[in-house]
Amino acid sequence: MEVAIVLGLPLSGAILLALVGQRAWAPELNATMSFATFFAAILLTARVIADGPILALNEQFFVDPFNVFLVALTAFVGFTTALFSRPYMRAEQDRGRLNAARLRLYHSMYQLFMFTMLLCLLSNNVGAMWVAMEGATLSTVLLVSLYRTPASLEAAWKYFILCSVGIAQALFGTILLYFAAEKVLGAGGGALLWTHLHAVRSQLEPTVLSLAFVFLLVGYGTKVGLVPLHNWLPDAHAEGPTPISAVLSGLLLNVALYSVVRSKVLVDGALGHGFSGGLMMGFGLLSVVVAAFFLSRQRDVKRMFAYSSIEHMGIMTFAFGMGGAVAAFAGLLHMTVHSLTKSAIFFTVGHASQVAGTQDMASIRGLVQASPTIGWGLVLGTLAILGLPPFGVFTSEFMVLTTAMHEHSWATPFLLVALGVAFASIFGKVQPMVFGESSVEPLKRGPALVPVFTHLAIVLALGLYIPPYLVGWYRQAAALIG
Amino acid sequence: MDAPFSTQLVNVLAALLLLIAFAMLSQRRVLTLIKLFAWQGAVLTASTVVVAWTTGYTDLYISAGITLSLKVILIPWLLHRLIDRLFIRWDIETLINIPTTMLIGIGLVIFSFALATPISQMASTLTRSTVGIALATVLLSFLMMIVRRKAVPQVIGFLAMENGVFFAATTATFGMPLVWELGVALDVLVATLIFGIFFFHIREQFESLDIRHMEKLRQD
Amino acid sequence: MSHVPAVAFQILQSVFVVLAAPLLVGWVNQCRAWLQNRSAPSILLPYWTLAKLFHKDVVIARGASPLFRATPYILFGCMWLAAGIVPVLATGLPFAPAADIIALVGVFALARVFSALAAMDIGTSFGGLGARREMLIGFLAEPAMLMTLFTAAFISGSTQLTTIVDTLGHRQFALHPSLAFAAVAFLMVLLAENARIPIDNPTTHLELTMVHEAMILEYSARHLALIEWAVAIKLFAYMTIGIALFVPWGIAEGGDWHALPLAVGALVAKLALAGAGLALIETLLAKLRLFLAPEFLSTAFLLGVLGMLTHFLVRG
Repeated sequence: MEVAIVLGLPLSGAILLALVGQRAWAPELNATMSFATFFAAILLTARVIADGPILALNEQFFVDPFNVFLVALTAFVGFTTALFSRPYMRAEQDRGRLNAARLRLYHSMYQLFMFTMLLCLLSNNVGAMWVAMEGATLSTVLLVSLYRTPASLEAAWKYFILCSVGIAQALFGTILLYFAAEKVLGAGGGALLWTHLHAVRSQLEPTVLSLAFVFLLVGYGTKVGLVPLHNWLPDAHAEGPTPISAVLSGLLLNVALYSVVRSKVLVDGALGHGFSGGLMMGFGLLSVVVAAFFLSRQRDVKRMFAYSSIEHMGIMTFAFGMGGAVAAFAGLLHMTVHSLTKSAIFFTVGHASQVAGTQDMASIRGLVQASPTIGWGLVLGTLAILGLPPFGVFTSEFMVLTTAMHEHSWATPFLLVALGVAFASIFGKVQPMVFGESSVEPLKRGPALVPVFTHLAIVLALGLYIPPYLVGWYRQAAALIG
Repeated sequence: MDAPFSTQLVNVLAALLLLIAFAMLSQRRVLTLIKLFAWQGAVLTASTVVVAWTTGYTDLYISAGITLSLKVILIPWLLHRLIDRLFIRWDIETLINIPTTMLIGIGLVIFSFALATPISQMASTLTRSTVGIALATVLLSFLMMIVRRKAVPQVIGFLAMENGVFFAATTATFGMPLVWELGVALDVLVATLIFGIFFFHIREQFESLDIRHMEKLRQD
Repeated sequence: MSHVPAVAFQILQSVFVVLAAPLLVGWVNQCRAWLQNRSAPSILLPYWTLAKLFHKDVVIARGASPLFRATPYILFGCMWLAAGIVPVLATGLPFAPAADIIALVGVFALARVFSALAAMDIGTSFGGLGARREMLIGFLAEPAMLMTLFTAAFISGSTQLTTIVDTLGHRQFALHPSLAFAAVAFLMVLLAENARIPIDNPTTHLELTMVHEAMILEYSARHLALIEWAVAIKLFAYMTIGIALFVPWGIAEGGDWHALPLAVGALVAKLALAGAGLALIETLLAKLRLFLAPEFLSTAFLLGVLGMLTHFLVRG
């Protein structure tokens, strides 16, 4: 029941906003729908905590500890981003970069995007998961090119082509998975249900499954932003509107990683841990190292933080690849804190670029002086994402590093060097942006900083003290992942 | 040692599919590309019907109907309309010349056949060869997307890739559940529509659909 | 079967091929004229042309070497040998063990080398032009031809033409996609090697567009006659190879006189169809620009390789 509400709300929101999205009160409607979705997600979470995993609607939807916290996170970040986008988009409209018709498209696609991501998370049917991922790509493509500048068109084109190719590979992987499943479970819809596949996973044919996993990793990994399939990510983040950058970094990458991990659980049953783990560790490590080095060469602030997203997704993939209770716990925690921190950073950066009129880091100076909330928000966000204690990112990175040192010590130097390089680059670039003489004017409308500080507060709280029910929750999810 | 007639028919259709993928790789003109794509859809429909008739799964007939209406009729029509409105009639230049592209294509075919051999052994006799050919079609379409300079052939390459995947779905696994196939078909249609919208935006901005105009974002 | 009738078959076949080749060329020309709505020349015109040429006086350039004089005979001999060993009317003939497909391709290559050398012998620019173009096309066409023949060889398990024909002729009717690919590739190679449209226009008089004709510009009288005859025999040989590989039904066993009329009748019918088909292709297609010829031939090579790969995948 709750599942239907959680899914139905964004879908109806999309339809509604498609009709009235150009009105002046559309952003408020957007935020309200997102809040309602968040509320329904909380109810769903409470139900799962109380009753355990649930199968809904003829076994088509499955909610267990792993995806329910992601659902809650998605709905929460969706809500706060909708709050953020209210003044932000209005400011963009004032600057003349958008008109009412495009805002209508933006609002309805935003809700549609939320719907597809929640569908992907909640679905028990691996085919429906695929359809939802493709839907997520399609709904954001037109949003990346919203400003209709040459650069944004190029970014959206790259995004579309690369992600579509990736999705086609994932489709092939899904078909191979079905191929193996059919032998054991028989034809028909039952063979696509994850719970059924999970039950018989040791009986699935190993060769087919290994090939299927490779395709699924490459396909969904394109959307996670794993190197070398990451080319779309920096452009899409830099050229799209900031709320879209925030949800792409904060939510889409997570959901794609979720799909990869779900597939990994199935494959591990047939092949044992080594194959999939090795692949994921390899890709993860490659992403971390490459992203850290590219990071240092960026001049556009959003591109830099986009590469930071790639780096963090690499850390998460590496963690899930390592496997084991601690690493999986770390991966899940990192998913949460990264999502919150990165979206907070993008909120501040968005306002900062609005204030300065440019995204070029060399031209933004003295944010603290011009607009203290933006400046300090950026400082705190940067410190958080760089993994400084007492923020939550430090906890998860620490756990990943110690597990790596224990079990895979060859990888530790790479990780440390990459993290160090990223630290130096980001810190070195952000510091002149926030401190010193100001070259920018304050915004006419007040910036929306409540979401920023809420996120950062949660991340701080998670760094200092993780509530026991949350720990138990993560532990259960980690146990599922294996 | 001869296999039953239906197997031979499926093999012939699979070989035709591969041939069309290569023909697309070597084609210079956009109109011919669209026609080849329509033919590929027709071959896909025919193979689905043969498998449906042999195995008796009625769902596959519906799937064949969807493929026919979408990939043979609707999407080529959309592409034609797009080309008319954008006045596209070029002889396409490619990034590497055509004989080299063909040789790389052969390499990809060998690679996919080698990759698919262990899977083929699992499959029934009806569809033993088709997984390899489906994979080869996917890789060839991918190659086509990489070597083309203009936007429309890249899109057709993407659609051809979907065709290859669909071929694997219908012949290697005797069709996926119908609801899911509907979802995929819808996705493909929406993707094509969005591509179409895209082209107009690109054309507005750049006055050309040459991809080289869109290579400026190369800071790294 | 005793050896005497088989040897008789062999001689009969060789003589038949030599005599029938110009007729095939005449038939193709007739069909082409019909398709192009012109009034057709007599089907025996090539014979009259050969007779006329044999009566003329030979004119040779002053700097010509013995190679130049010898080449027409070498060409004629190569083509006659090739046509003699391809199973045209019957399989299991005495020369058949020599009829290995690789040897066959080698014989054609030998002919090509000599014609190119003779073209360059006089030192005219057109001769060099023609020789270079011929070598370009030949260099690409040979691998394609070999791939096609290998596909057929893999299906029948031997590279001897007679074994191939026997195996393919006696199978039940089955759809072989690999053979289909090989057939299309073979057709493309046939067009290229025999200087037909779309690679070369056999009726052109513009020297700069010539490939094959440019190599024989300097020849006259009986030399020219032998070369023209050799070209006709080459076309005949290629067509019969194609027929033997892809539509071999109706061929007689060596020494079986009773099957001979059927074999001859079947052959005539197939060649008539093939000739008409060739004329149709020549009428429908336009000549490709020379730099597109490598693409044409690499497509043929590719189809040949595809045929081989398909054979492996479908069988194994």
